[in-house]
Amino acid sequence: MTIKLGVPSKGRLMEKTFDWFGARGVTLSRTGSEREYAGTVGGVDGVDLVLLSAGEIPRELAAGRIHLGVTGNDLIQEKLVQWDQKVEPLAPLGFGHANLIVAVPQCWVDVDTLDDLDGAAAAFRARHGFRMRIATKYHRLVRDYLRRGGVADYQLVDSQGATEGTVKNLTAEAIADITTTGETLRANHLKILDEPPVLESQATLFRSRLAHKTDEDRVILRALIERLEV
Amino acid sequence: MAQDIPYKSRVRIEAEAICDGFVADGAARFETDILLPAEVLLDLYGEDIRARAYVTTDPERGEMMLRPDFTVPVVQYHMAGDGLPASYTYFGEVFRKQEDHPDRRSEYMQVGYEEFGGANAAVSDADVFGRFSEVLAPLGLRAATGDIGILIAMVQGLSTTDDRRAALMRHIWRPSRFTALVKRFAGLTPMPPSRAALLASDTTAPEPGVMIGLRSEREIATRLDALRADAAEPPMSAEMVELIAAVLSVSETCPNALEHLRDIGVDLPGLLPTLDRFEARCDAMAKRGIDVEALPFEASYGRTSMEYYDGFVFGFYSETRPDLPPVATGGRYDALTRRLGQGREIPAVGGVIRPDLVLELGGLP
Repeated sequence: MTIKLGVPSKGRLMEKTFDWFGARGVTLSRTGSEREYAGTVGGVDGVDLVLLSAGEIPRELAAGRIHLGVTGNDLIQEKLVQWDQKVEPLAPLGFGHANLIVAVPQCWVDVDTLDDLDGAAAAFRARHGFRMRIATKYHRLVRDYLRRGGVADYQLVDSQGATEGTVKNLTAEAIADITTTGETLRANHLKILDEPPVLESQATLFRSRLAHKTDEDRVILRALIERLEV
Repeated sequence: MAQDIPYKSRVRIEAEAICDGFVADGAARFETDILLPAEVLLDLYGEDIRARAYVTTDPERGEMMLRPDFTVPVVQYHMAGDGLPASYTYFGEVFRKQEDHPDRRSEYMQVGYEEFGGANAAVSDADVFGRFSEVLAPLGLRAATGDIGILIAMVQGLSTTDDRRAALMRHIWRPSRFTALVKRFAGLTPMPPSRAALLASDTTAPEPGVMIGLRSEREIATRLDALRADAAEPPMSAEMVELIAAVLSVSETCPNALEHLRDIGVDLPGLLPTLDRFEARCDAMAKRGIDVEALPFEASYGRTSMEYYDGFVFGFYSETRPDLPPVATGGRYDALTRRLGQGREIPAVGGVIRPDLVLELGGLP
């Protein structure tokens, strides 16, 4: 008979989440040793803190194992099919801002738009005999974006980290990744396409539409939402 | 206590009956693996198929795919043989993710019939369409037909540059992108600022600096030249834009569509050979007893399906259940045999029926 609140288990995202709740009179804190993923909630009754990797929060919300969760809307939209039927965004939290963008080598002076990318991809495939490779971990979002943009003759290659390095390492021709300042991109001689981003993301508080609730849970949840003014 | 026959068994019985019918008419039975090497399929269909197919990895064989359709395996099988004309029939499960329609089945049965090597395309097209419409006749479905060959001829017949024709050819199967390109080539949409700035500069190659990636300095310079050459070309004429719109909007019965397209062909003579083929197909269909006078033809039909059809295309739809996907689809795919045949090409036309939907609509007697 408790409401489960899932928040990122480490780093700045966790600290900022704690601050955001703290500013609204709900104290989140870790308990036990530095390495133990356990925590408590003060200021309201009946709420359990569940510390999770930000990447797992979408799945836990969709499975109804947590009632509320903080994660980026990039992860929600990438990982959940028909996400808006599974979770409801309650409030953007104002931090963890990042854009999912497509970037190409700076030396591609002929490529600034998706139209250019498509033209370059056609020539690339004809010249090299395989589709232009775009490295990303956001397969669904990027594929949708490129399809809407009318880009053909490309393939997505999976990259779970250090994506900016794939072009130099010759395992991709372009990338699609999350960026905040673009500094890592510039340092790796990449430039962002002159197009709206695939997605503008920030840390967001989501409510699961599928989590089971008793009448008592509903009362707790309503009180919490009221307290948070979301 | 007798139990109901399981759903999947009933679908299989329906599939077997349809398949047996094709065998009785002379088709050879075809079978293939469920787990297929992904590479050929991904290279052919690109990300469109990756979005829909289940891809998995085998430590030894690399990326594998749960069979998304039978077309590629049956073409490969036929092309590895003696090359004589042949027809095949098969049935089995195919697998497609249904992210946009989670209520639809992601594992379902297909029954197929494919004809290879028919010397007379019109007769083969009419034969395949005729077989499907005879098999499905008891269900009272609505037929839809089209011809991607006419669209290809339309693009090739446009008076504009080779590069523009090539760009339009690549996007015949992406209608909104195709329209955007037509508008841009006709000068109806403003040039993006980045392109205008690039053309105004004297950039002919990447600035001296860091070259990274496989795409070489030469490739970049080549595309810059092409962009400049294109900018120097006059816009595509308003007449061409109107002709494209006129062709794409043709949607009437086959005889009327043919007449309408012949009118357009006066200004776009490149269409004429494909219209002769269209007419020959109509004649062959009439000979086969198909009511061509009432058969709908839609020039844009089949554009959003996967890009291996390059001629006649058809589909059968339930009018009482518009929520269902098409009960049957098919068409001509000579280009696919060219891609898979490493230089060889075999005329090929065929289609698939969904026995689960046949069953849902009451089944065949």
